[in-house]
Amino acid sequence: MNNFTVEAIELTRVYGGREAVSNVSFTLSKGEVLGFLGPNGAGKSTTMKMLTGNLAPSHGSVKICGIDMIENPKEAKALIGYLPEMRPLYKELTVDEYLIMAARLHRVSAKHIKSAVETAKERCGLGHMSKRLIENLSNGYQQRVGIAQAIIHRPMVVILDEPTVGLDPIQIRDIRALIREVGVEHSVIISTHILPEVEMVCDHVQIIDKGKLVFNGAIDVLKKQRVGNKLLISLHNPPAADAMLNIAGVTEAESLPGGLIRVRFAENATPAEAIVQAAVHHGWGLYQIAPDQTSLEDVFMQLTYQEQVAEEQPAA
Amino acid sequence: MIINVARKELKSVFASPMGWVILSLLMFAFGTQYLNGVNDYFAVMSGAMRPAERTGVTQFVGQSVYGLASFIMLFAVPLLSMRLIAEERRSQTLPFLFSAPISLTEIVVGKFLGLVGFLSILIIFIAAMLSTLNIWSDIDFGFIFANSIGLLLMVASFSALGLYFSSLTQQPVVAAILTFVALFALMMFDRFFAGDPNNILANLSLTRHFQTFSGGLIDTADIAYFILFTVTFLTLTVRRLDADRLRG
Repeated sequence: MNNFTVEAIELTRVYGGREAVSNVSFTLSKGEVLGFLGPNGAGKSTTMKMLTGNLAPSHGSVKICGIDMIENPKEAKALIGYLPEMRPLYKELTVDEYLIMAARLHRVSAKHIKSAVETAKERCGLGHMSKRLIENLSNGYQQRVGIAQAIIHRPMVVILDEPTVGLDPIQIRDIRALIREVGVEHSVIISTHILPEVEMVCDHVQIIDKGKLVFNGAIDVLKKQRVGNKLLISLHNPPAADAMLNIAGVTEAESLPGGLIRVRFAENATPAEAIVQAAVHHGWGLYQIAPDQTSLEDVFMQLTYQEQVAEEQPAA
Repeated sequence: MIINVARKELKSVFASPMGWVILSLLMFAFGTQYLNGVNDYFAVMSGAMRPAERTGVTQFVGQSVYGLASFIMLFAVPLLSMRLIAEERRSQTLPFLFSAPISLTEIVVGKFLGLVGFLSILIIFIAAMLSTLNIWSDIDFGFIFANSIGLLLMVASFSALGLYFSSLTQQPVVAAILTFVALFALMMFDRFFAGDPNNILANLSLTRHFQTFSGGLIDTADIAYFILFTVTFLTLTVRRLDADRLRG
């Protein structure tokens, strides 16, 4: 008996002969937050629809806490809370009416409905909106109602498709805090385009591109790739790049316009101090030195690009 | 679980003024017909000298009210059934139901019962209205009962058909028009075979099967027809929604 809350096994979905998602396999354990990254049309939403039983996979299977989604859809669905990309809100109802209905449909027993609705509202900061029509709420509050309906029955797995789209920065911060809070007890899967969000909220990251899983691992791996062993040095009188190579630990130096020099150094070396000393000694006019961070976007680009190159090479 | 889906549908109907307006307008129409029926009864019966021309007040008033009811349902049901699935599809709320722990059959049957439940309010009101004749007359409750059952079965058949057409499209209006045309054709079907009443195709007509009920007769063959009709279209709806899940 394993402890995986979500197991996706070789999920494939074919749309008219084209594979929208092909051979995606992954597992998720209790208390983990998984971030799903990928460009538009990469298959994020399709994968999520398959995980929640809204779409039948062409091949492969989904298991939620060991229960097969295709064989026992009702039992498996009872363990999932899902917020699709388009919020499934009945706008003619009030927040309370809608949440009570959601609780009932998710088999919350009659005597616990009231407390379940109260808890969900409190967690999503909807307390003072109880009697308002959903139609009259702002975009951000509607999104909160969407999240409240996904967590109302305390599911084992919460699946949120782009939960922070269209929110203001404060709301985004609140929602992120909420996702982390939910992630402590349950497993959470979120999809997003916003890369820093993944770094802030998720433990695990999956990057999907053209229906294939390009990267699957802990967030730390991605972070390490991001920081790299690079320094960016700003000088008033920059020397030739080769002068840098004489400093111990520096393996590569590259001159950039505007008196900048990018220096790559060996693993475990700390050449910063030596560089500063050399700069003072030779009068290079050092005014700034900082670790050169590749943005997460670059890492993302690299990963999706590498995949393309790898694909093309065998063909060549 | 079916009950919860039905409750959701009823809640949606009554959340906007739409449900109340339809109920009150239809009851106004039936009430007027009832009042006219009672007035006409005195006018006609005072002129009817021979005993063979005389009919009971229940049948006279009842027939005119139930006749109007079956005709009005032809317009009312498509307007109410059109939004059941098409509207949810258009506003993308179907995943809410699909990802809840309920089967497709429960969703479809729940929606169907929600609509039939709403319409049976009208059927009960009509029966209650006609029963008030009993205050100053001795009426035939069996006649009212048979007509109510007939109207309920017919409304259920209308609703099942409407639900199916609603599941075919994203546009509620398209669903309403399709439903109306299909129902109208089924109602008028036996007129085409007026010269040959025993034609098999004429038996498909909804009107023909309602006629026995409106005469006060409960015939199991007609009950079976309406139930089969309803079950067929509910099954087709489930299959249509399942195709959504499989083919996307």
